[in-house]
This record gives sequence, structure tokens and C-alpha cells, in this order.
Amino acid sequence: MLGHGSGGKLSAELVRSIFLPAFQNPALAKLNDQAVMNVNGVRLAFTTDSFVVKPLFFPGGNIGSLAVHGTINDLAMAGARPLFLSAAFILEEGFSLSELRRVVDSLSQAATDANVQVVTGDTKVVEKGSGDQLFINTAGIGLVPQGLELSADQARPGDKILLSGFIGDHGIAILAQREGLEFESAIQSDSAALHGLVAEMLEASDGISPHDTQEQRVAATLGGAIRCLRDPTRGGLSSALNEIAEQSKVGIQIEEPTIPIREEVRGACEMLGLDPLYVANEGKLIAIVEAGAAEPILQAMRRHPLGRDSRLIGTVTERSPGTVLMRTALGTTRIVDMLAGDQLPRIC
Amino acid sequence: MTGAIRDLVKYIDEYRDHRIAHALAAEIRGRASRKWVLMEICGGQTHTIMRYGLDELLGDNIELVHGPGCPVCVTPLETIDKAIELASLSDVTLVSYGDMLRVPGSHSDLFQAKAKGGDVRVAYTPLEALKIARAHPERRVVFLAIGFETTAPANAMAAWQARHEGLRNFSMLVSQVLVPPAIRALMSSPANRVQGFIAPGHVCTVMGCDEYEALARDFHVPFVVTGFEPVDLLQAVLLLVKQLEAGSAQLENQYARSVQAHGNPVAREIMQQVFAVADQKWRGLGMIPSSGLRLRDEYADYDAVKIFGLADITVEEPAECVSAQVLQGLKKPTDCSAFGSRCTPENPLGAPMVSSEGACAAYYRYRRHTADN
Repeated sequence: MLGHGSGGKLSAELVRSIFLPAFQNPALAKLNDQAVMNVNGVRLAFTTDSFVVKPLFFPGGNIGSLAVHGTINDLAMAGARPLFLSAAFILEEGFSLSELRRVVDSLSQAATDANVQVVTGDTKVVEKGSGDQLFINTAGIGLVPQGLELSADQARPGDKILLSGFIGDHGIAILAQREGLEFESAIQSDSAALHGLVAEMLEASDGISPHDTQEQRVAATLGGAIRCLRDPTRGGLSSALNEIAEQSKVGIQIEEPTIPIREEVRGACEMLGLDPLYVANEGKLIAIVEAGAAEPILQAMRRHPLGRDSRLIGTVTERSPGTVLMRTALGTTRIVDMLAGDQLPRIC
Repeated sequence: MTGAIRDLVKYIDEYRDHRIAHALAAEIRGRASRKWVLMEICGGQTHTIMRYGLDELLGDNIELVHGPGCPVCVTPLETIDKAIELASLSDVTLVSYGDMLRVPGSHSDLFQAKAKGGDVRVAYTPLEALKIARAHPERRVVFLAIGFETTAPANAMAAWQARHEGLRNFSMLVSQVLVPPAIRALMSSPANRVQGFIAPGHVCTVMGCDEYEALARDFHVPFVVTGFEPVDLLQAVLLLVKQLEAGSAQLENQYARSVQAHGNPVAREIMQQVFAVADQKWRGLGMIPSSGLRLRDEYADYDAVKIFGLADITVEEPAECVSAQVLQGLKKPTDCSAFGSRCTPENPLGAPMVSSEGACAAYYRYRRHTADN
């Protein structure tokens, strides 16, 4: 069912019940957005992602640029420097060549801008009706600095939670373009490659925290104060935070008034009956960092154009492990749950 | 439009103001000299209460119970089964409001019907279904026309427009319900505990306040027509507490920025033209006389039940589900033994766990942490 691809509980269940048992190995078991492997002393990050976005073209990007940004970001969340991508195209019979050219040009431009190369690829054509215009799969590899261990199971009570900017832009930009939702909006997708921002953060966090033992000093050679990075794509901020809370077995408390949401996005969400915490992003990251390093890392994020609006949005706690709580604007507390499937538009 | 969206947000912010909300809550706590049981009718209001934790601010003397005003929750099981049956026909496109898709029927839901190849589409307005019908004359397009007085005018408009255009491949599966007869049924029940009502602001925007004035008089309970933001709800609770403490039972309009005494005459007119009042079954509440709307005889050609010859069926709810008592305000969702374990949004036993306006879903989404403790 469609809900199994929503990034919510149904997706997680599918992964747990079907895929994990079939492929079990230590790299996969970490359930990060990428796998990190040691190959001949080199630490290799590897990831793949498929893109089925509809419409193919949207304000702020298209399926081609998104296919580059999405895969680069999955690598960047391990602190990796992305190097090479593959690109596979599944075309529905009858799809226009001029549109394909536009998508491929944009994919190529996005790769050039990000300083990665598309070094291999594949094309398949399926019968009309067997696909929906165009699907793209990209895979990517990158290099992870020695000693850097970013993972969703590393959050510890007391850590701070940083968010790199406004949430919900991508999801609302896409929704506004969809057939049947006729509201004009100036909202652009935030689709962007985040590895530059991550590099800035790693540099800033280098050696910030106190390290008593030799082992800690080694860990601190790069990014020692950053525990985990996540890009809140499908399922939005809420799903990403819930995954971290669950995998690290910690509680997470966020503060509603600190979460940056554009007024246009809030307004569109009000009209459509959606909660911006669940709306997709394609150019944002969440960082879980040691409390003492939060401020300098935040400052470093703000120096980068993609992190200008970064904020500290919450704290990792010992309370109710696996749960995300939010203090509302009224000072009361509520759960921020992981959705079962996609958000359903409300009736009235 | 972008400018308008920005204005909307500014406007909403006034009604989410932290200081105003806390001042109102303090006054409510100060004035309530004994326990008062208040019911908000509308599921949208239930969600605001849970989402902002308003009940936490009110103190021990105010108990809020949640009413039957979730359109998805009270749509009879039979209607959902019929919709699923229609969706499985190869030449039918079934168009529905989004919330309906995950509501469990007897054996399945519309999401599963869609996954099995049924052409099920989500729309924000019934006029969207008309567009699909115009664009695809080869398909029979059925709109699942459910809801309260809030959706009735737009749903009526769709039928009117279809007839006006002579569109032959469009019909509606209608399950429209009316709020005042349900309140009458609740108040007439010997089990009733409700002493004051937060009346539904959007329903009154369409229908006006007269019906609620009559209810206040007949049952000697105060009613406050109320909006959907935290400050709206707190103001309404304060107005109700003031009335109850003074022994008064009047109708007051807190939501005057939207509700006029006589409602929206144009919307009521189109409802009148297309629909007639009829007896209606409510999921969880049973048959309530004159509590629903049916298509008038002149619109028989647009009635999916008639066109497709759908048989009248009677089906049973899962025995464990207490949604009937939840919808009457007799039980809280957390009183249910299945809550959060055998009944979750992924595997709901009853509709209130599905809809974004359902009380069980509101407790599950926003309040599970207090139920656990």
C-alpha cells in the first residue's frame, strides 16, 4: 500500500519485517540513511535512493536535481565527502524527450555544482501504464574521515538538537503544484546539497569538547561533538526525531516556538489541515550535538548560506525513551508522534 | 494569495497568544466554584484542546467531554462498506475527502480498495469530482458526500451543478448529518452528564444560531458558539462557567468574527434546494429521527444508492470498540481497554481512532505520554 512508502510507521514496519531479516549484516543493522564500510583502510559511505516525485517539475527544482541532492544528503549525514553517483532512469513509453533532456540537464548541473561526478548509469523503458512518466534511482559513494562516527543511535541525554532552517518548504511547494489544489504560492522547494554545510560543522566541532583519554582525543579529531545528523525528508521533522529517539533509546523534547516555519507554509498547512512537523524537506538537517559544543556549531551553521536560519530547537532527555515531546506555545506538553502513513487532508 | 495566506497566519496568532490564554485559564480556575462538565461538539475543537493541552490549564473543576462532531466517525459502517463496494467496480472512480480512506469498514477500508486497483481519489472539494466526471465521460464518478452542515452546502452545490450541466456520469453516496438533533438525543439520554455546550462555530457559520438558542431554552443549558483556536475555546469555557455559576442558560456567540445570527443564507438555500431532512443512522449513536439529509426526489438521478441499486445492509461494529460511548461523551478514549494496544491509528478498531478529528486519535497523538504514566 502507498502508506508503506510514507516514511512513517508503515515504512518502518516494512523494513523491519521484510528487508532486515533478508539481508542482515552490521552495516545495514545501523538503519542509517547510508552504510559506512571499511575497505582497505578507507571508510566508504554508500547509499541509494529512488525518486518518484510528482509533478516532475516544481518551484525550486525538478526530479533531476532532487535525485542528486537526495543521495548526496544521505552521504553527507554520515559526514562523508560525496564523490561519485550512479543514475538509473525508468521511462514510461511516450514520455517526451524534451522533458527528459530538461531533467538530465538539471541533474548534470546539480552534480557539477556539488562537485560530484555521475560515473555510471542505466536506462529502462516500461510500457505505457506500467510507470508514471519518469522514475530515477541514484546511488552514491563518498569518503568518511577516520574516527568520525555519526549515527542515529548515538544521542545521549543532555545533548542539544539543532535544526538548519525553515521546515516544510519542499512538501508544500510540491502540494501546491498538485492537480486539484489550486492555490498559488511563492513557496520554493528547499532542495539542496548539504555536504558543504556539514563540512563547515565538522570543522567547527573539531576538538571543541574536553577529552581526557587518548581514545576520546582520537574521536575528537573531527566532529567529535556531533553525535548524529539526519535530513528530515519524508515524514518531516517528526519522523526523523522519532527515529533518533527510538534508535538511541532516549527521550527528545523540542520547543514549539523555536521551530522556524515560514508564514506561507504555516498558512498553507492551516488551509490544508496538515501539520508542518510532518511535511517533507529536501535541504535541511537536524544535528544532535554535545551540549557544550552546541553554540559554536550553531554559529558555524549560520555562517553557511544553507544554515543561515539555524536554531537550537530542543534537548535529548532521559524521560520516556523512544518518545518525542513538544512544549507548545502555551507552555503545555504534547506528544509528537510518528504518523502511521501519509497525512490525510481533513474534511473541514 | 500568498499575501492572503500571510494575513491568515497573523490573524491566527492573536488566538494562540500565550499570555491571553494563561490569563483566561487563571480566570476560569478562579471562577469555577464546583465541578462543571462541558462538551465540545466538534472534533476540530477536540483536537485543539488536545494539541495545545488546554485541559491541563483549566484546573480540576472543569471536565471537558468530547462530542459526536467528527463527521468521519459518525458515518455509518454501512456507508463505508457501500463506498468500498463501489470503488471495486472497474468503471467507477470514487472520490472522497481524505480522512475517509483509512476508516475501517466491516472487512476492509478504502485504502485497501485502492491498493487492490480501485480508482479511489482524494479531493478537497466535491467540485473536484465534477471536474473528473467532465474530463472522463467514460467513467462513472461517485462522490462520497459525508459530513455535517459544514460540508452540506458544497456537496449540494456539486449535485446542483451536475444537474444544471446535465452531467450523466456523476453521482453522490450521501451520508449527511445534522448537529442539533444529535444534541437533543444526548440531552434526552438518562446517562447525560453535560451541563454546558461549546457549540460548533463552523456549523453555525452556515446555519446561524437559532437552533442552539432553542436547545438552550428547551434543556436549560448554556451554549456558546465557539471558534477553533486555543483562545476561542478558553473564552468559551469562561463564558460557560460565568453562566453556570450564575444559574443562567443563554446562547452566546464567542465566534462573532465568523458567525452571524442567521448564518449564511446562500449556503442554506442551496442545501434546501438539493437536500431534504431525513432519519439518519449515526455510527456509534444509532438511528436518530430527522438528523440527516437525503437527496430530494428531483435529484434521484444523482443518488448513487439508486443508480447502482446498492442493497440495504446491516453490519456490526467490533464488540471491543467503545466508540459509541466516546462519541456520547460517556467515556474517555483512555477508558478503553484496547486504546493504544489493540487499537491504534495503524490498526484502528473504530473510526474515532482514524480521523484527524476523532477523539481517540487526538488522545493517541497528543496525550499518550500522560496515559502511560
